[in-house]
Amino acid sequence: MAEPVAKGQPLIVLRDVRKSYNIGLPNEAEVLHGLSLTVDSGEFVALIGPSGSGKSTLLNIVGLLEPMTSGSYLIQGQEVHALDDTALTLRRRGTLGFVFQFHHLLPAFTALENVTMPFLIRCGHVSAKERDHARGLLDAVGLSKAMDKRPFELSGGMQQRVAIARALVLDPPLVLADEPTGNLDTASSDEVFVQLRHIHAERGTSFVVVTHDPRLAARCDRVVELVDGAISRDEPVVAGASAG
Amino acid sequence: MGYWLGFEVRVAVRFLREGRLQTVLIMVGVAAGVAVIAYISALVTGLQDNTFRKTLGGQPHVTLRALDDVVSPARATLPGEQRLTDTQPRAQRLRSVGNWQSMLPLLEGMPEVAAVSPMVAGGGLALRGEATQSIALAGVDLDRYDRVVRLREKVVAGVASLAPGEAIIGTELASDLGVRPGDRLTVLSGTVSETVRVTALVDLGVRELNRRTVVVPLRLAQSLFGLPGGATNLDLALVDVWGAKVFAASLRGQFAYKVESWQETNAQLVSALNAQSVSTGLIRAIVLVVVVLGIASVLVVSVVQKRREIGILRAMGATRGQMVRVFLVQGGIVGAVGSVFGLGLAVAMIWLFTAFVRGSDGQPLFLIVLPAALAVQVALVATVCGVLAAIAPARRAAAMDPAQAIRI
Repeated sequence: MAEPVAKGQPLIVLRDVRKSYNIGLPNEAEVLHGLSLTVDSGEFVALIGPSGSGKSTLLNIVGLLEPMTSGSYLIQGQEVHALDDTALTLRRRGTLGFVFQFHHLLPAFTALENVTMPFLIRCGHVSAKERDHARGLLDAVGLSKAMDKRPFELSGGMQQRVAIARALVLDPPLVLADEPTGNLDTASSDEVFVQLRHIHAERGTSFVVVTHDPRLAARCDRVVELVDGAISRDEPVVAGASAG
Repeated sequence: MGYWLGFEVRVAVRFLREGRLQTVLIMVGVAAGVAVIAYISALVTGLQDNTFRKTLGGQPHVTLRALDDVVSPARATLPGEQRLTDTQPRAQRLRSVGNWQSMLPLLEGMPEVAAVSPMVAGGGLALRGEATQSIALAGVDLDRYDRVVRLREKVVAGVASLAPGEAIIGTELASDLGVRPGDRLTVLSGTVSETVRVTALVDLGVRELNRRTVVVPLRLAQSLFGLPGGATNLDLALVDVWGAKVFAASLRGQFAYKVESWQETNAQLVSALNAQSVSTGLIRAIVLVVVVLGIASVLVVSVVQKRREIGILRAMGATRGQMVRVFLVQGGIVGAVGSVFGLGLAVAMIWLFTAFVRGSDGQPLFLIVLPAALAVQVALVATVCGVLAAIAPARRAAAMDPAQAIRI
């Protein structure tokens, strides 16, 4: 297991990452063209860009959900490019949390069970202490009264907050959020984003957030803009605009 | 501390509960298949046991007799010589098994042999008043004979006893001669006759046997057939009735006797039983294949339906192996629960058969039971088949790319 990374030190380092689909076929297409990106521990990064620019692909590669075609990818100083599927899965389990656009809760499980699912995957059972920790997270996102409800009984915003709690339950150093507010109204979007910033401030968790919303991007610490599979802009957000 | 299969069982059960209708349907399918397999197995076993008992109940498992009288040529055929012959087979007379008294302890000492009974057997007549019936007369030592054919269990009237001058006869013969226990009748063999007192009536399970059987003391039969101190056959009961054919072959190799197993004397019955067993086995195999295909097809659909959940679980850190096991556990649960219901259904079907299918005498045709060992075996096979049926869908689930799965 990799050592935790001190704040401000590189958490993930991608170098010359390329991603192609349909390799060897007539319709082969390269969607990421040798991009390099470093995210330091404690950063809150917005990943923006037009549709089809490769944001989700990059996020999937960072999240170890998709392999890259070539390049180097270090997580907490360890190269992960050549790891087999099981090793990648275990790495993902221990290092990364995910918040998806459509929250993607498991419909057959309650809010509390969704949040404790990472524990169940890891050990085959959930201890009382772990259950309390999950309850605490749901309480922190304002859902203490919704623990025993199934996803279909919750609003979109509430479901997204459950997903956030689930992403944090194993205390990962990095949370990847793919359009976490894309499916919500303005009020709910703000609510969710505030939660993310709050967690970042309180726990020091690093975030990489894919968003189409320039208002939300302006509330991050750093903006990385992708255009046609390459990074066109990578700069800190002006201090006044990043208040969450 | 980790719990082996804790994640897999929890998720498998929840997935099955979520797709309630689907789950119930496939369990009903498994239950029906298991019920058919268990019921057919019990029915055919009961039928065969009944047939077997009725046929073999009054027969020894192996019989030793003296070799047949054969006609030998006057001289050997010389090389280059051609001979045309027309041989009249010799009439077989009653002959004693040579040296049978010393054969008794020898045979009893063999581990395969449960009991040995010497017998003098031949044809004759039974007379009472003006009634005359053709009979098969058997002279035996009652205790030895009882250990081979369990004659005492077949007594329906009187008390079995073969003291000098006593006899046991079949129920149909008693009816034909108007005889009850305590009455007398005359048995005649060739020119020798004896009057005997009937002590018991027996039901040997076969009407013809009941019509012709007269059992008398060994000495009496020896006297009737002119075989003083002789025995026309030695009847054997074996520890393993199905080993009779092999055992008979080994005796033939060791001794110069005519040795026959019950399978050889009832060849047609054995063929019929074998054909029945093969057919039953074929039906069971086909039903099992149908059950497996049913489970597999439902789980394949489940994998497609649960595509997004699989992707989410993989994204959360579930390995391919864990996802495979989730679906294998689903298959096992469906097989196990379905088989429990199936066995219950089989018991109900057996009860219905026993309650409503009756013989002309109003009694159940034959006894059918579902042995606990068979029930456990069927349940285990169904559960294993459920797991096997889940392999293909499980591998498909595990092979899913999480990113692709989540996007759907």
